[in-house]
Amino acid sequence: MLTWIALVIVVVMLVAAVLVLTLRSFVAAVAATAVVGLALSVLYVLLQAPDVAMTEAAVGAGLSGVILALALRRLGLWQLDDGDAVVLKPASGRAGAGGDADA
Amino acid sequence: MIPLSLETVSYAGAIGLVVIGGLGLVICNHLFRMLLALAMAESGANLLLVLTGFRDGAIAPIIGYGPAGAPLVDPLPQVLVLTAIVIGVGVQALAVAVLVRVYRSYGTLDMRELRRRMEGEIAAAAGIAAPGSAQAPLGQRPLPPVPDYELVRRSAPVRERGA
Repeated sequence: MLTWIALVIVVVMLVAAVLVLTLRSFVAAVAATAVVGLALSVLYVLLQAPDVAMTEAAVGAGLSGVILALALRRLGLWQLDDGDAVVLKPASGRAGAGGDADA
Repeated sequence: MIPLSLETVSYAGAIGLVVIGGLGLVICNHLFRMLLALAMAESGANLLLVLTGFRDGAIAPIIGYGPAGAPLVDPLPQVLVLTAIVIGVGVQALAVAVLVRVYRSYGTLDMRELRRRMEGEIAAAAGIAAPGSAQAPLGQRPLPPVPDYELVRRSAPVRERGA
C-alpha cells in the first residue's frame, strides 16, 4: 500500500521536475519547484523522517518559494499573462509620459 | 526484475531528480532556470542521503515512539540532510543576489546574450575587434546564431517597459 502511494508521489514529483524545465512562464516554473518540494516532504514522511519532512515543507518549499518569487519580481520576469495582455500597461504608461513631455 | 518496494521507488525518484536537475543545468540557456535546476538536483541528493539510512520495517527515530526494542531508522543522515536543506536555501538566496547584480549590469539573463556582451566588453577593454564582429577575417567569423524565438517574441514589450 505504501509502495503505491510512494509511486504516485514519485511520478508527480518527476513530472513537476520536468515541468520546471519546460514551462514557458517563470511564475509557473517556481510553482512547480514548490510542488517538487512538497512531494519530497510527503516522501520523507513515508521514509520515517518526520523532522526532515517538516523542514523540507517549511524551508524547502515555503521559504525558497517566497525567495524565488520575490526574485522574479526584482528580475522583471513576473509576467502572469502570456503575450498581448502585458503590452497594454507599458503602452499606456508611455502615452502618459508622452503627454507630460507635450505639456 | 527489481522488486517494487518503497525503497526502490524512492531511489528511482531521487536519481530521477538528480538527473533532471543536472540535465537542466547543462541544457537551459536562462540563468534563473539554471538556478531552479540546481535546487532540484540538490533536493535529489538530499533524498538519496536520507535513503541511505532507511531500513524496511523500521520506525522513526523518536524515543518513546512505537514499541520498545523496535528497529529504528538511522538518524544520522537525517540530521545531515536537515542541515543541508537549510544550507541549500542559503545557496539559493546567494545565487539570487548574484542574478540581480548580473541583471542590473547587463539587462538580461540569457546566457548567449550575456556571453556576447561580456566578450564585447573584454574586446573593448583590450582594444581589439569583438570576436563575433564582422571585422574578423573570413575564416574566423562565427556561424550565424540560432534565432531565439522567445527572445524575439518578447522583445517588443521589454523594450517598451525600458522606455
